[in-house]
Amino acid sequence: MSGPPLAIVGGHVVDPVQGIDGIASVLVRDDKIAGIEPTAKPELPDAVQVIDATGKHVFPGLIDARVYVGEPGSEYRETIASASRAAAAGGVTGFIMMPETDPVIDNVALVDFVTRTARDTALVHVYPSAAVTTGFAGDALTEFGLLKAAGAVMVSEGKRSIANNLLLRHAMTYARDFDLVVALEAHDPHLAANGVMNEGLIATHLGLAGIPREAEIIPLERDLRLAALTGGRYHAAKLSTRDSAKAVAYYKDNHHRVTGAASINHLCLNETDIGRYRTFFRLSPPLRSEEDRVAMVEALAAGTIDLIVSSHDPQDVDTKRHPFSEAADGAIGLETMFAAAMRLYHNGDVPLPRLIDAMSARPAAIFGLPGGSLKKGARADIAIADLELPWVVAEDDLVSRSKNTAFEGARFTGKVLQTLVAGRTVYTSGTTSG
Amino acid sequence: MAKAAPSPSTRFPHRHLLGIGDLSPTQIEHLLDLAEAAISVGRQLEKKKAVLRGRTQINLFFEASTRTQSSFELAGKRLGADVMNMAVGSSSVKKGETVIDTAMTLNAMRPDLLVVRHHAAGAVELLSQKVECSVINAGDGAHEHPTQALLDALTIRRAKGGLSGLKVAICGDVAHSRVARSNILLLNAMGARVRVVAPSTLLPAAVEKLGVEVFHGMEEGLADADVVMMLRLQRERMASALVPSVREYFRFFGLDSDKLARAKPDALVMHPGPMNRGVEIASAVADGPQSVIQEQVEMGVAVRMAIIEELLTGGNKKAAAR
Repeated sequence: MSGPPLAIVGGHVVDPVQGIDGIASVLVRDDKIAGIEPTAKPELPDAVQVIDATGKHVFPGLIDARVYVGEPGSEYRETIASASRAAAAGGVTGFIMMPETDPVIDNVALVDFVTRTARDTALVHVYPSAAVTTGFAGDALTEFGLLKAAGAVMVSEGKRSIANNLLLRHAMTYARDFDLVVALEAHDPHLAANGVMNEGLIATHLGLAGIPREAEIIPLERDLRLAALTGGRYHAAKLSTRDSAKAVAYYKDNHHRVTGAASINHLCLNETDIGRYRTFFRLSPPLRSEEDRVAMVEALAAGTIDLIVSSHDPQDVDTKRHPFSEAADGAIGLETMFAAAMRLYHNGDVPLPRLIDAMSARPAAIFGLPGGSLKKGARADIAIADLELPWVVAEDDLVSRSKNTAFEGARFTGKVLQTLVAGRTVYTSGTTSG
Repeated sequence: MAKAAPSPSTRFPHRHLLGIGDLSPTQIEHLLDLAEAAISVGRQLEKKKAVLRGRTQINLFFEASTRTQSSFELAGKRLGADVMNMAVGSSSVKKGETVIDTAMTLNAMRPDLLVVRHHAAGAVELLSQKVECSVINAGDGAHEHPTQALLDALTIRRAKGGLSGLKVAICGDVAHSRVARSNILLLNAMGARVRVVAPSTLLPAAVEKLGVEVFHGMEEGLADADVVMMLRLQRERMASALVPSVREYFRFFGLDSDKLARAKPDALVMHPGPMNRGVEIASAVADGPQSVIQEQVEMGVAVRMAIIEELLTGGNKKAAAR
């Protein structure tokens, strides 16, 4: 593809990798970044297409390391194409797709299917991940080497923990040889039992069974110990409690190869948001106390929590329009992750460069993905946002095929206005091209 | 509108009865007063009023119940309503239809009242948002069972003359009990002093923050109590390792004459039923002179008559023609 060069001029560029946080202009040629000029008015050749970003912020396109899609198996909830449109609308230029599909992505043919479908239908980059065990059954390892060669960027057991310590040890050890990250949610199904929200006074009031924090912390600590034992790369995929962050910090301080993420929901919401049994706030791990949320935000600011993920999880009325205890977990989030993260910036909780780092540079570095920076020669994945633009989330405006947002009616300040993938505009506020 | 004496509609402005948590102490007193008046209807030879003639009440029980459903059925019939029981076991609910779909289907039949029991907390409230008629919560999961708390309150009030200042011990499986939650809310609202007595495995998280005193032994928990409320222990609690055995449970938490002797000599013994004799209560106590368990059943019908009548005709709803 070859068109006129592109210049995004006058914006405030934030690129943590290059240490840029100020007015600059980004030059794009074809699908690559051609350079950054530290001025609002660079000298430009005549035939250049100019995007005036004065008063706006320009940063590397976001990379979301945890996105559930309904394809294959539940296309009525979300396809790879519809998820990619939602991503584009949220400034997300690439995402890791969870293997939690039907069938489970546990072999090379299915990774190929995702890659081909994404190439043919998606607006943004879609990086497949693969199951740790065949069919999530928890007994036989999938073919890590072949899966990686086919394009899988990590292995994960979806929403499950791996119960068998020996199997997990082998998985981490074997994955180490292929430099594959093992990304797991920490969830003890016995301790969580039939719990549906955070254990405590609010659950008791609502008559709902609670999930203690220990249902996350115990398997997390087990995972971390095995990561230390094996020297494998372990990613704690969705943290929700103060003590979880402490545990990750301890292993990081001891130079083990562990990283952590929190979903935007756990950084912005707490258990009181459930109100009168609102099932869109039924998540796994459950929304915790305000104290836990604050601890998550602090850990994010400190870098203990490396990533913010949307944990985009489309659910339709068939799984959400039920009594709380019978509804499915999960909320969509690709379109609102950036705007919700801006709450942390406007509140003064987390500096902007750290937020952009957590949503672009860090996921690129951890999973070895292109993008995450506006360096010369990098792929031109770019988001342009107005950090001061107020807007309200309305169900009808959501691009995602499912509408189970935990931010329905939320008032945000800050919105992505334009998204470029490999130099091509895939979203401008109000429309999605494609 | 000019200020006037409180009309019935301001005394009880609700369309549904979903939980004790929605009621003020004044509204609770009001319902108890109405129930008091309804007792006599059941005690006379001619037990039928015509006040709800032509109205339709549907009992929708997603969870099997004999006594509560019968009580609601009788209450509706004594008021003159046409009462239908939905046999959920054989209906489409078992075939995967959602609560909301069921609610909308029934709503289209234009009932005046739905009485709903469901095994999930919040399910009755969810259903009430989708229908145009009044809804009474006949028990939702471990959340609330408001008519049980009201009938308990009526039973206590008639025996003790009031609720304020009474020491009420609620004993047993509080964690899984909607009866306990509704009673704690109601008794606290009316100024009683509530205790819960149970092994820690049968208490919900943060129970002490519900405004109750917590005891783990019957001897201390029942000391000087005015009312002893026993809760039913489900057999599956043994399977999930919350208590080791029936034998052990009865030894430490079953109400027998020795344990009851710790309470005041005229303490009331209550149980929402159905009882597990020899598990949470000894027969000698259940059938003994302090037991008001049978009276609770009678008060149940009266309370439900009062609530149904108030929801469907109370205040200015009388004028609202369909």
